[in-house]
Amino acid sequence: MSARDDILGGIRGALKRGKLPEAQTGALAERIAAHRRNLVPARAAALGRAERLDLFVAMAEEVQTTVTRVAAASEVPAEVARYLAAENLPAELVMAPDPALDAMPWEARPLLSNRRGRAGASDAVSLTPCLAAIAETGTLMLISGADTPTTLNFLPDTHIVVLHAAQVVASYEDGWDLVRARETWPRTVNLITGPSRTGDIEQHIQLGAHGPRRLHVVLVEGLEGAADGPAAA
Amino acid sequence: MEPTSDNFAANARAGLADPVLQRALGLARTGFPARRQQAIERLPEFEALREEGRAIKDHTLAHLDHYLELYERNVIAAGGQVHWARTAAEARAAVLDICRAAGATIVTKGKSMVAEEIALNDYLEANGITPVETDLGEYIIQLRHEPPSHIIAPAIHLMKEQVADTFRAAHTGLDPARPLSEPREMCDEARTILRPSFLAADVGITGANFLVAENGAGIIVTNEGNGDLTQTLPRIHIVITGIEKVVPTLEDATTLLRLLARSATGQEFSSYTTLSTGPRRPGDLDGPEEYHVVLLDNGRSDLLGGDFQDMLRCLRCAACLNHCPVYAAVGGHAYGWVYPGPMGAVLTPALVGLGEAGHLPNASTFCGRCEEVCPVKIPLPKMMRHWREREFAQKLSPPAYRSGLRLWAWVATQPALYHAATEIAGRVLGWIGRPRGHFRSLPLATGWTLARDLPAPEGRSFHSLWAERQRGRPAL
Repeated sequence: MSARDDILGGIRGALKRGKLPEAQTGALAERIAAHRRNLVPARAAALGRAERLDLFVAMAEEVQTTVTRVAAASEVPAEVARYLAAENLPAELVMAPDPALDAMPWEARPLLSNRRGRAGASDAVSLTPCLAAIAETGTLMLISGADTPTTLNFLPDTHIVVLHAAQVVASYEDGWDLVRARETWPRTVNLITGPSRTGDIEQHIQLGAHGPRRLHVVLVEGLEGAADGPAAA
Repeated sequence: MEPTSDNFAANARAGLADPVLQRALGLARTGFPARRQQAIERLPEFEALREEGRAIKDHTLAHLDHYLELYERNVIAAGGQVHWARTAAEARAAVLDICRAAGATIVTKGKSMVAEEIALNDYLEANGITPVETDLGEYIIQLRHEPPSHIIAPAIHLMKEQVADTFRAAHTGLDPARPLSEPREMCDEARTILRPSFLAADVGITGANFLVAENGAGIIVTNEGNGDLTQTLPRIHIVITGIEKVVPTLEDATTLLRLLARSATGQEFSSYTTLSTGPRRPGDLDGPEEYHVVLLDNGRSDLLGGDFQDMLRCLRCAACLNHCPVYAAVGGHAYGWVYPGPMGAVLTPALVGLGEAGHLPNASTFCGRCEEVCPVKIPLPKMMRHWREREFAQKLSPPAYRSGLRLWAWVATQPALYHAATEIAGRVLGWIGRPRGHFRSLPLATGWTLARDLPAPEGRSFHSLWAERQRGRPAL
């Protein structure tokens, strides 16, 4: 017998039954198809749009994510330039080849060099979009795809994320629905809550263990550009 | 690794006498429980989530074959491969075959307790492949050739001075003049040293906190980002995990995720929760070209339907370790294998045998904190009691202990004799012990008096007071 058949047979033997009858597997399939939500904490679910946004920012800042609000997507390049200068970082970006990021006025910042593509070992700063943000815990949701390589989220020391206010949802469950609404399920879904950290030496929290030391969110509050991102509840 | 759980008593004595270990455990004793408490106080629904978490796991275990088959179908549909392993040896062989087929020489690893369980590193090394642990704590203990002493903080038994010595000994290119006294400096040193390995590795191996049946996703929960670099950069990603990790839907995984970080580190959510489903998609600029899952049984299916099924709910959060007075006193290495603390005391006998690990379920005061803090309400003390009963039934405990227990059992089932004997013993001990109020040593009770005084009995016995009360007279 193959290991597979042995293990499955062992499970059925221990549970004192054979293969599940069709009626029962049908019920289990329905349970999955329903995507029924379990208890969702009221913390974020009960909030209106503005409070939800504030909760996201508060929870994100609690875990050392920095957040700057701008009024429109056209202000993102200026904010990125300001942030890099303030943090004493090189004015060199590796950017996700994402049409919405491309549409921003980068030509107005000629001193800010920006390459499109996946991250390499020598890239210090990355800029990416995200699919959604989860107010409950200040979490960003990013997915892999041709326009959004995953290495951008982990290799560079500094990760800058452009987030539109309309993308901020209450809970992870809202985020799953957004991923399910896409044509195919992506190879990777990253839920990112603050920069990389470790407490492995005497439980002293250190940022930047292996992933980014800094996580900066540029939050676009105006409605302009929101259509580029996915519609959110 | 070969278990040394049979040496628990000697291991524990060594741990108690180790001043550095005691300092390190002192930090853990206060840190983890306080942070967990803060986190759950901020979430009023925490208790209700525990009930739901338990129900989700119980539902899954009752239909485990169904959900594993569904999970497998969805992994294959996403372009991945599933390898079933009955034993540790089969799991190791599956990993080696994948590495060999890829011509791999360097393998990076995210933290995986299942990889520890099957002693994967030793096996890969013996077969000419270099495994590189990338979680900071795991990396430190790999350099020291030690097993983890904690399931989420593997190097918790070490102080920073030992970490510095370890790095200075292993990193031969490190300038002796460079300061290496603070955790920040050590963290940067490890980051610098490990970065080239991430980029050079042919295969990346991670564990999984959850497997999602509905779409074939594997979920890892980390803080460092090492697991993400491990599974994104190499050409091949291998997930190695136990069959009990599957859950039906993302919604189910989400409920358990809300419990996990709060119970483990007291975080609202860990820095990185990552779902990986199959290899990179057409058009993707990065991600692995091959995706493999090794599903390990290794005795788990035997636990279904019996006294120990509840143990398969375990999320490996380590809350039971962090709240255990025995773990806090002796440290994780005393338990002699990869799973320490209360969850190890229940799981280890199931995986390596009661003959080897029979001491572990006895190393408990039954204070019950482990069950109180368990996010999925595993009745750990009850299951330790089951092991003790089996140990007695299988005649594994020492003869003197067994005959003593048998004698006590006989007396305890003869009410008249029991009451008379305890009455006499209570009076005699009370009379002898009256001057001091306690005994420093007592024949047949050295197991108690070696470590603490035994209070001398005072007043009347509970039984006589109770009998009086039942007769309707007020007790004095």
